[in-house]
Amino acid sequence: MSLLTIDSIAKSFHGIHALKDVSMHVDESEILGIIGANGAGKTTLFNCITGAFAPDSGRVHLDGKDVTGAKTHRLAKSGLVRTFQLMRPFGTMTLFENITVAVQSRGVRSESRAREKAMQLIVRTGLEDWAEKISASLPTAVQKRLELTRALALSPRVLLLDEVLAGLVPTERGPVLDLIEELRREEGVTFIFIEHIMAAVRRLSDRLIMMDQGSVLAQGAVEEVMADPRVIQAYLGKEYDDAT
Amino acid sequence: MSTSTAAQAPSVSRRTSTPMAASTVSMRWNWFLLALTAVVGALLPFILTPAELSVAMRVIIFALMGIGWNMMSGFGGMFSFGHAAYFGIGAYTTAFLLLDVGMSPWLGMIVGMAVATAAAVGISYLALRYKVKGAYYALSTFAFAEMLRLFVMGNDGLHRTLGFTVPVLQGDNWGMFQFSADSPNYFWIGTGFLLVALIVSMVFLRSRAGRFTIATRDDEMAAAAIGIPVLRHKLTVTAISAAITAAAGTLYLQFYMFVDPEIAFGHAVSNNAIITAVLGGVGMLWGPLVGAIIVAPLSDLVAALLRNPPEWLALLSGQSGLDIVIYAVILIACVLVLPKGIVGTIVTRSRK
Repeated sequence: MSLLTIDSIAKSFHGIHALKDVSMHVDESEILGIIGANGAGKTTLFNCITGAFAPDSGRVHLDGKDVTGAKTHRLAKSGLVRTFQLMRPFGTMTLFENITVAVQSRGVRSESRAREKAMQLIVRTGLEDWAEKISASLPTAVQKRLELTRALALSPRVLLLDEVLAGLVPTERGPVLDLIEELRREEGVTFIFIEHIMAAVRRLSDRLIMMDQGSVLAQGAVEEVMADPRVIQAYLGKEYDDAT
Repeated sequence: MSTSTAAQAPSVSRRTSTPMAASTVSMRWNWFLLALTAVVGALLPFILTPAELSVAMRVIIFALMGIGWNMMSGFGGMFSFGHAAYFGIGAYTTAFLLLDVGMSPWLGMIVGMAVATAAAVGISYLALRYKVKGAYYALSTFAFAEMLRLFVMGNDGLHRTLGFTVPVLQGDNWGMFQFSADSPNYFWIGTGFLLVALIVSMVFLRSRAGRFTIATRDDEMAAAAIGIPVLRHKLTVTAISAAITAAAGTLYLQFYMFVDPEIAFGHAVSNNAIITAVLGGVGMLWGPLVGAIIVAPLSDLVAALLRNPPEWLALLSGQSGLDIVIYAVILIACVLVLPKGIVGTIVTRSRK
């Protein structure tokens, strides 16, 4: 059985159909990539899955349980965790405190254990040098990694990454990709990630979904989806032209 | 793998020690300032004249209101324009129970705090449930306070616009929270209230719930995404805020022995709470007390000035509203020059 199943989700805002009948699933320890142009409904899909909005229709099942419209914090506690495309650090706190508060929210009650665990995570994601800086003033790339570290603090089962590489220079991307693969390999974490950087999509995805105008245009094996003429026309074509 | 863990171990302990040390330092400062407040509070009645002491009493009432407001708006991030509601509920509940039921103001205060808390949680729950946010939330709190004021003004049981006058007892009576006019007891009790409010704030902010509240204030969506029940924490901080403000209402009633709808629920009350906290530093533990030390004497000076203006300001005689003008000027100046307030600016400077 799939770990996370999305059945015919629809969501519209003031008559604009952001999501139309979207269905997909992700299996335990799988890495599912989502591509699509801006406005295709990728982030709205994440918002519907994580309870930021309730979908107008359709169901979301996590581990066989119906979690449609469940509260975000409950979903986070049951292991469904996300990061944000536009970074959302707790701005008045230091990076260290950002991670500590997430560890505490995970249920670590002892202050010293929470700090210790937070520091381990920060070392793991290589952010030691920034730990005591106020997070609002951190550079974009560091805030991105803060988001990822904070999500890891919750020991997620399913991690939804919304353009986690955006704003990182190529040399910073490698360690993040390594980390994702390591988490999957060692802890069995399942990933759904929205990404525009094709090299990362190719490297990570077990399967790929292409969204266009609120619908799933194509899904399947990575090369299959990328070779799909509709995908090339709607999304990749332009990017490939830019690249050459 | 084992070598890398070993290599990281010292760096972990070195790093963890620093943030912990930093917060311990600020905790030490807090306890020191708390002790200082207690000592100053204990000694002031021996130093000040009765008239000056009544100004000092005003400082305490303003500080309590500011601390209450700061809890919800500074740490909770929900801007309130209507803290008069909770101040008024505190004062009126105490007065009503004292005069109509004969209940001691101490108990009346507890009941008032409970009623204010229930009202604050109820109204905030509705506002947050239906996603009334930002300026709209502020307006809803304002409307709530105004609604209460109008309700009281039209209610016979609450003496309409006449308000309540606390009957004067002979001598000092601890059980009835009443002392002779120039007794230092009021000030000592007020200092006690202030210390309790500060300690409650300190303990709350240091707790997990306090951290979760700050996280929620900083970014609600991100807070929910890491498993924080944001609504619960917003309502908790609202409850604490209302309870502190209601206690200030009771203290006001027992000190001035009189309350009416304007004094209790008027927008001036909400303004006082806001200006005190904004001038001192929003979201700063010591902000409201510092703000109150400036604002409360100022409000007294303005009142005196209007009663007895010097020759060249004779046109001000009998005018009201000058205090509002002065507050507005302070508020604007503060936002422009000291956006973090006095304490906020000092803390930021000292960190650099």
